[in-house]
This record gives sequence, structure tokens and C-alpha cells, in this order.
Amino acid sequence: MRSLIDILSLSLDEIDELIAVAEDIIANPVKYRDKCRYKKLATLFFEPSTRTRLSFEAAMYELGGQVLGFSEANSSSAAKGESVADTARTVSCYADIIAMRHPKEGAPLVASMASSVPIINAGDGGHNHPTQTLTDLLTIKREKGRLDNMTVGFCGDLKFGRTVHSLIEALSRYTGIEFVLISPEELTLPGYLKKGILSHDGMKYTETTNLEEVMPKLDILYMTRVQRERFFNEEDYLRLKDSYILTPEKLQNAKPDLAILHPLPRVNEIHTSVDSDPRACYFRQVLNGKFIRMALILKLLEVE
Amino acid sequence: MHIDSIKNGVVIDHIKAGKSMEIYYHLELDKLDCTVAIIKNVHSKKMGSKDIIKIDSDMQVDLDVLGYIDSDITVNIIKDGVLCEKKKLTLPEQIKDVIKCKNPRCITTTEQDLPHVFKLTDPATKTYRCIYCEAKAK
Repeated sequence: MRSLIDILSLSLDEIDELIAVAEDIIANPVKYRDKCRYKKLATLFFEPSTRTRLSFEAAMYELGGQVLGFSEANSSSAAKGESVADTARTVSCYADIIAMRHPKEGAPLVASMASSVPIINAGDGGHNHPTQTLTDLLTIKREKGRLDNMTVGFCGDLKFGRTVHSLIEALSRYTGIEFVLISPEELTLPGYLKKGILSHDGMKYTETTNLEEVMPKLDILYMTRVQRERFFNEEDYLRLKDSYILTPEKLQNAKPDLAILHPLPRVNEIHTSVDSDPRACYFRQVLNGKFIRMALILKLLEVE
Repeated sequence: MHIDSIKNGVVIDHIKAGKSMEIYYHLELDKLDCTVAIIKNVHSKKMGSKDIIKIDSDMQVDLDVLGYIDSDITVNIIKDGVLCEKKKLTLPEQIKDVIKCKNPRCITTTEQDLPHVFKLTDPATKTYRCIYCEAKAK
């Protein structure tokens, strides 16, 4: 039995395999509609989430399985003080696989140590969110036809943005990737990632505060939201939240085949007038999220 | 100053001056019934000054704890009044319940009874990270 806690625990071959299965599901959905019949997914969401939880639930339903769980800590026994380990141990008696989101970093790892069924980390605080990274990788693969040899810009909150950290870690394993890090000075990528991954592997990367200046060189633009819940100080949040707003004007110098990604939800960092631009991929990205989660559930349940 | 030599026990030598009390508590030497001598600011040709701890008991010293605190420390095992083994320390791959994770967002802040485990992630800089949240040990 294996869990998915951190994207780096998957080898490149395993990621390629998941992407291939997801693409096969997209091409042949009927083939997969009964693959998880009589299987149950438990969604344990200790903090609110619309997209990720519904994506997991839709994925399991489309595989013919069933879903149980809770969507906030108050409606679980965590409100009575039950530990994460005990919750995982208990729920693994009812379900075949568990998707867990928790505000505390490392909670899904603790759950995986106690559970008798696979645990999927559906986001632990500002730490890891591997299924979002798989979603991003599938989207890049489908939009560009490859995962190597491209310039990837990350814009917005690069300090607290866990999706950014995980995607950088994942993409740094492919050849010919150049990163462009666009953020206000207060929200730059943490030093340990720059030092540990980007410098160590000899990756090419540049840092800037100016989005328009670097726009023409980008193959991928990954926009992020400045997340209120990651700040201890409301003043800092209000000062930084509108740092970058993507508009059609800012895209004038962009490549015609640029792919704009966003993990969503957005607040106002991508103007709605960008949505009709064919380069805006973020709603296709949402759909990809369901397919890659279907592929992941199949893999972890070892369903052929 | 005269301190008796020990017959069967452990001498922890080459401790950085001032670090002996930290080691005393980490090794839980305060819970021992035997004689424990903490000798501070001993003149040392190599280190200038150093601390030494002598334990008059053939206890098992947690070498991982010592290796984490300072891998330059040496541990001498004394048997029948003779030095029988000199242990060189290395940085442990993992330490358990030696230090606590300081990240307020870490699961260890709320999950009771969870051991605080850190892994060595960069031996060159002696960097340890929490296995749960990956925060750097401080």
C-alpha cells in the first residue's frame, strides 16, 4: 500500500504513467466507468475547499465508486479533540482510500503512518499539494505536448504559494526548463527552494518584479492568488493582494501559444476579460484535475 | 583542582566550552544516581578551552544526540580504569525528540504524543528538517 504525500515521492516514470492513464481516460471515458465499483473514497477535509474536494468526489463517481466524508473540521470528531492519527485509523476501516486536506503541515503524513489504506494529500497548509501539481503537469503536457524545454513564469505569491513550490520541484526534474520568478519583493520564492533546487541542479532562473518585461519569453505563465489565509498580518495582505493583475493589455507582447495557468480560485489577479483568450487554460486545468485524480485513484488502489 | 578518575564509565571530551549543561540535560544525566562531573572551561591546546563530562556508570550514551549537538565531541569508554574505546561521532541521519519543531503551522503543534523527528537534509551545512512540515531546525 502506498500513499501520495509529496510529489517528489513519485518518479518521473510514475508521473508519465499517470499522465498517460489520464489521457486515456479523456479519450475513452466509458472504459473506466466501472473500474472502482464497490470501492469507497473518504474525503476528510479539515479546512474548506470547493475545487479539490469536488474534483476528488467527481473522479471517484466517474470511476463507478462511492464517496463518504466531511468538508469541515467542525463536522468531524476533530472538533472533539480526536487526533489525526486516530481519525485516519478509524476511517481506514470504512473506506478503501482517503483524500485528506488539513491546515496543519504534515498532517497527511501522520495519517499515512496510521492508516491501513492509501492516503492522498489534498493539501496540507502551505506545504504540499501534490494532486494540484499533477493537474498542472497534465495541463502543461496537454497544452504544449511536452514537459521539457520551455520557459515557465510564476507570478504573484511565490513565498506562500504551495502550488508554485511543488510545481517548481516537479518541473526541475525535466531538462531544458527555465524559470522566471515574478513577485513583489516581500513574496519572493523562499531561499531554501532557490538554494536547494534551482541552484543545486544548475537550473536557469531569473527573478523580477516586472511581469510585462518578461512576458515575451514565456511559454507558460502560472498566475497565483495572494492568499489571505497564509498571512498572520491583515495589513500585509491588503498591501500586497493587488500586486499583479493580468489583463488583455499585458498579454499584447506574449507568445501566441502561451499557456496561462492558475490553480484557482482567483480573486482579481486575472481580469475576467482574459477568460475568452484561447491562451487562458485555467478552466481546462480544472477539468484535467478530475482526470488526473481518477488516474491516481486507480494507481493507488492498484486497479488495472 | 582534583577530580577522581573513573573506573567504569564514560568520559565525554572536547565539548565546546559552555555546551556541557545542554548535553547534561539532553542525555538526561540529571536522572542518574551515579557520580557525574561537569568540568567547565578546561584548558585545551586544540580548542583553547573546552568542557568535559565524566559519568561514573557504564551507561549507553545516545551518540545521535551528541552527534547532532556537536560531531567534534569524543566519547571515551573506560573499563577497569583503562580507556578501552574512543568513539568518533558523525552527524546522525535522523534525530528523534531531541529538538522541537518551531513552525506554528506544523502538525506537531497540535498532535499530542507525536515524536519530533528531524532528518539530515544537507550534511555540508548540518541542516536538519522536520519530517512532517520540512521546516528547518533552529
